[in-house]
Amino acid sequence: MNALDLARWQFGITTVYHFLFVPLTIGTSFLVAIMQTAWFRTGDERWLRATKFFGKLLLINFAMGVVTGIVQEFQFGMAWSDYSRFVGDIFGAPLAVEGLASFFLESTFLGLWIFGWDRLSRGLHLTTIWLASIGTMLSAYFILAANSFMQHPVGYTYNPVTGRAELQDFGRVLFQNTTVTTFFHTITSCFLVSGTMVLGVSLWLMMRGKSVDAMRKTMSLGVITVLIAGIGVVFTGDAQAKIMVQQQPMKMAAAEGLYKTSAPAPFSLFKLGTIDGSAEYFSIDIPGLLSFMATGDWNGEVKGINDLQAQYTAKFGPGNYAPYVPLVFWAFRAMIGLGMIAVLFALFVWWRTRKGKIPSNKWLGWAAITCVLFPLGGTAAGWIFTEMGRQPWIVFGLMKTQDGVSPTLSTGTALISIVTLTVLYGVLAIIEVGLLARAVKIGPPETVELLPVDDDANNGRTLTFSY
Amino acid sequence: MSLEMLQNIWIGLIAVLWIGYFVLEGFDFGVGVLLPIVAKDEAERRTVLTTLGPIWDGNEVWLLVAGGATFAAFPEWYATLFSGFYLALLLILVALIVRGVAFEFRSKRGDRTWRKRWDIAITVASFVPALLWGVAFANIVRGVPLQLDANNNSQFVGNFFDLLNPYALIGGLTTLALFVTHGAVFLALKTDGDIRVRANKVAGQTGLAAAVLAVVFGVWTQLAYSNNPISWLPLALAVVAWVATLGMNRLGREGWAFVTSAVTLAMVVLFLFTCLYPNVMPSTLDPAATLTIHNASSTEYTLRLMTWVAVVFTPVVLVYQAWTYWVFRKRLSPGQIPNPHEGALDLPHEITV
Repeated sequence: MNALDLARWQFGITTVYHFLFVPLTIGTSFLVAIMQTAWFRTGDERWLRATKFFGKLLLINFAMGVVTGIVQEFQFGMAWSDYSRFVGDIFGAPLAVEGLASFFLESTFLGLWIFGWDRLSRGLHLTTIWLASIGTMLSAYFILAANSFMQHPVGYTYNPVTGRAELQDFGRVLFQNTTVTTFFHTITSCFLVSGTMVLGVSLWLMMRGKSVDAMRKTMSLGVITVLIAGIGVVFTGDAQAKIMVQQQPMKMAAAEGLYKTSAPAPFSLFKLGTIDGSAEYFSIDIPGLLSFMATGDWNGEVKGINDLQAQYTAKFGPGNYAPYVPLVFWAFRAMIGLGMIAVLFALFVWWRTRKGKIPSNKWLGWAAITCVLFPLGGTAAGWIFTEMGRQPWIVFGLMKTQDGVSPTLSTGTALISIVTLTVLYGVLAIIEVGLLARAVKIGPPETVELLPVDDDANNGRTLTFSY
Repeated sequence: MSLEMLQNIWIGLIAVLWIGYFVLEGFDFGVGVLLPIVAKDEAERRTVLTTLGPIWDGNEVWLLVAGGATFAAFPEWYATLFSGFYLALLLILVALIVRGVAFEFRSKRGDRTWRKRWDIAITVASFVPALLWGVAFANIVRGVPLQLDANNNSQFVGNFFDLLNPYALIGGLTTLALFVTHGAVFLALKTDGDIRVRANKVAGQTGLAAAVLAVVFGVWTQLAYSNNPISWLPLALAVVAWVATLGMNRLGREGWAFVTSAVTLAMVVLFLFTCLYPNVMPSTLDPAATLTIHNASSTEYTLRLMTWVAVVFTPVVLVYQAWTYWVFRKRLSPGQIPNPHEGALDLPHEITV
């Protein structure tokens, strides 16, 4: 492996890892804000206990999201300096705005929320969790605008003198259809993940007879979230596919392993063949479905890899313009399949718990506690699909990944770096999962004692929360 | 506004972001380093850490924004600096990761060994960046081996150990001593009882060490590397503010001591930036490879756009961050800390208190 391969693996590992915490933070902060609002509006103390409990899970998770996020920002310059030079004029802007407009918001107001229970009036305290939640979503928007530029560069010109891409229209970068659909697809996926987590954890605790009253409420919240988010994921994903087939047809062709341009084109649930597409041994096809996904017409034409390869060679010169098809093919299926499992599980749980029933099957307990792994795996697969599907490009049509890596990066440094981060992330994952497991095992507090709000700076009473 | 003016505005804004970072995370690095010295038992340790609880994360964002703003405004600088200082930044990253997680995870279990390990993590992971930021900045001011590559890009051609030269190490010790003292001053302001007394005493001692280091480092920098005589001014102001810090600390005027130590750190950053100006990363090998605010910057369009963004958002951020400090303005003492297992994720059989 050379420095380029190591840098790519490192980016993949650190990004997928970071994105385990991101959807849980974005979705859960919103759901906790809903729970706290329900308590604020009704005074029903079950919602308060739920807020405290899921708030605890949120915080354990948020810490990991924050610290792994720093690596993301630094890594562009460290390992991808030629990429940073090439697109800095454009790509740096949303990153800087993300910091100013959203990182400050989420970190400051989450700090106020954690430590402010007995300091801020109830209404103001509720506002802090909403602001933190809005901060997380804004953050997603700006970073996805930056990513969408890599998928479909717009609003720039190429300056041949400096050899750089230069920003011409920031509005187009922020509001191009790629950014908007990607944002909604990502946010709905985040809710799918968090809704599944909330429903799974609630169900598990109910089955153990812990805080059944409060957990029944949050379980319903989780089920509703998953169902709404599930519908949202499908519609936004459909919109995204139709945009993708125009902007990055190669990614769509690779998603199906479609070598020959076809009308209609089928969608295979399962396929085995050679990597160059010369032979196909076995497949289960749904006729016309890929055409429908790509064009909205069951007979629509979908370009195949071979035609696109010929077209790109003519346009960009000799080279291989197809991504690694088996990975893209299976990541696409994993994304859809794992997401669907989450929705089906939510429906199943809703059916098994209707009319106040509490199921007691052992396997269902296990399923409840692990079900979040399905949509989490789905979001990871989604990122692997969209990033690997763009290859060999780092910025589609403008810069190849191999040209973006830092020319000064030695194999030794790249190796030290990837080993250090992977080992550190591995250790932290074990600690994090251990803490989450404890928090879930303990469950929500039986009672919550809230001190009256007191902003007197000089009283010496015991803190509600301390490190 | 002309491109040149925008470039000046942006180097100014980036200096402001680093001032924010040094002033704010500076004290929480100091508090982390001092944890084993100023706190003698569990309640005291928790008091010390809780002074940082609501704010450390917001403080750290100043670094992220400084990084993002450098990427947006001076992409060439961002690219050359971050790729050139790869291993040093990796060390800082590891420290910041461990530190952030340590703050949040430490109190999650009552177990002594668990907490002790996180305490060590907090101290070491605060020490490392407090030292390395100084080393990094000293190297930037001193100049590093940069050469133009085939594409006319300035590339760092040295290695990690080139960064550990004596001058840069003094720079590192200077920021370390300043941050530690700043942290002690902060603790004296934010706590009551024994911690306050100890912090006050520590600030007096490390403050003297910092004074000596800062004068050596400052004068060396000014004489050997400054591009502008005007940089004497922030240097002199830093010295005056530091003398005031030591005096106010001795008098027990903790609020003023904190204000003046914050001013000192602000002046230190300003000093480094005025020494550099108009360079942002001088080359020791080839003047043509030196990065300046002119050859490293983004286009006029991007700079103008980002100026608007900064004008709109920075005041808002300052207001709500200042408000957070107001909300948590109260002094803390160990008597206010709840029982160690309160809020910890201890299973029933593990609770011994």
